[in-house]
Amino acid sequence: MAEQPPWRRPRRAQFPGVPAWGAPVASLPDEPLEISQLGLVTGEWAWGDADGAGVRVCLLDSGVDASHPRVGRLAQAMEVATGSAGGIEVVPTEPADKAGHGTACASVIRSMAPAASLSSVRVLTNGKYGAGKALLAGLRWAIENDFDVINLSLSTAKAQFLDELRELSDQAYFRRCVLVAAAHNLPVQSYPWPFASVISVASHDGPDPMSYYYNPSPPVDFYARGVRVPVAWPGGAEIRSTGNSFAAPHITGICALILSKHPILTPFQLKSVLYSAARNVARPEGGTRVSE
Amino acid sequence: MSVSESGQSRPSASNGRDLSQRRLLQSIVEVARSVFGAVAASVFLVDQDSGELVFEAVCGAGEDHLVGSRFPGDTGIAGWVASSGQPLLVDDVSQNPQFAPDAAKSTGYVPRSIMAAPLISNGECLGVLEVLDRGARQRGELGDVDLLGLLAAELGMAVELLSPTEKTNGSGQLDVPLLQRVAQRLPSAPEPVANTVTSLLAMVDELLSRDDPAAASA
Repeated sequence: MAEQPPWRRPRRAQFPGVPAWGAPVASLPDEPLEISQLGLVTGEWAWGDADGAGVRVCLLDSGVDASHPRVGRLAQAMEVATGSAGGIEVVPTEPADKAGHGTACASVIRSMAPAASLSSVRVLTNGKYGAGKALLAGLRWAIENDFDVINLSLSTAKAQFLDELRELSDQAYFRRCVLVAAAHNLPVQSYPWPFASVISVASHDGPDPMSYYYNPSPPVDFYARGVRVPVAWPGGAEIRSTGNSFAAPHITGICALILSKHPILTPFQLKSVLYSAARNVARPEGGTRVSE
Repeated sequence: MSVSESGQSRPSASNGRDLSQRRLLQSIVEVARSVFGAVAASVFLVDQDSGELVFEAVCGAGEDHLVGSRFPGDTGIAGWVASSGQPLLVDDVSQNPQFAPDAAKSTGYVPRSIMAAPLISNGECLGVLEVLDRGARQRGELGDVDLLGLLAAELGMAVELLSPTEKTNGSGQLDVPLLQRVAQRLPSAPEPVANTVTSLLAMVDELLSRDDPAAASA
């Protein structure tokens, strides 16, 4: 049984190395980790031959219809519900989705990383936007359950949830739960997509699902395919849809591919890999990839 | 447009809306339809009790019979937008056998494309602004979606300003012609001007939400 990876262990009292100013502080041996320099990071290096196997993805949305042919089996289907004592709980539910938004996002993730394990937490209910408490509960559950990538094609504009949401996002970052969030183009403040601890995604209008672009002017980190995206529609059908809701699942899928091939990467390394493999980032020996 | 004056089961989303409120909503859907050269544009507001979406103003196809009708808030494109808070656009709707019958049943018109953006105010989605079958596409899909988002943000502010509580406390007399002018000029404004206007609208929105005691207790 493999030991827990470093990001999920309790903090050590001392670092088992040699501080710059003195003698060794601990007798613990150095642990061999694959943390060498990455070399030339290309798309081929990052996700070539990867299918997402071994990576657990969680989708916080309106639920997912697992019977849709473009989605397939779910590892877990959960929902945020009001418990018997009046508190908010995350409980198992049917893998269904009346609205269809979550199923549409799930179909994009599945098309990108077919072997990744996909789970769903329904945090959007009754067509109501801005259920901040449900979002917080679902996000906390997903982080505590150690998902590798969490897709948020949604946000809340309620400022009173800002601090707690930021705290959870930081917690996710340090536990190596990568949060991928759809950016909002509206002139309305919403969260958590502008946080530094998440990967925020807006849309480009190209047709290639694997092409994405690095954005040097934050808070949007990357532009991924978000125009006329073929997505699942209720009743087993498919529809073409445009919006950042469908750009984020492309990056979620790409993150799942990268993590399945390079499971040791932490969120800041993953973001660096995404940067290096972006289409508009030039290789060290010159030449931009934009026109490729 | 026809405005149902019958008292039976009036949608709560429509309660308390007087003529000037309806005129404002109507003027904004007319601007939206004109800006996009669309077959129809409409505003739905969320009925806070039932979660249903209620047609409040319609311009173009369906304007003679849709106002006041309602449908479940968690289905369809408007439902996607209302729940996710994200603007969306779908194409080739009429080719979709699952979609077309439902749409035809509820509106009497089967569009090729639907574009919709949320009306967000104080962190809540008040409703959805929707455009059917936009015409010339000089801006491309992303430009169109962004522009609809701008109009929806303005509409969200207008709805907020027009709410009965805001009106009776004497603060913020709404200048309808001013909002109409802004809506008409914004699409053709140079980018820096449009950005500034957008920032100002965002600041107004933030100021309103800061002064609203309801926002702190939600």
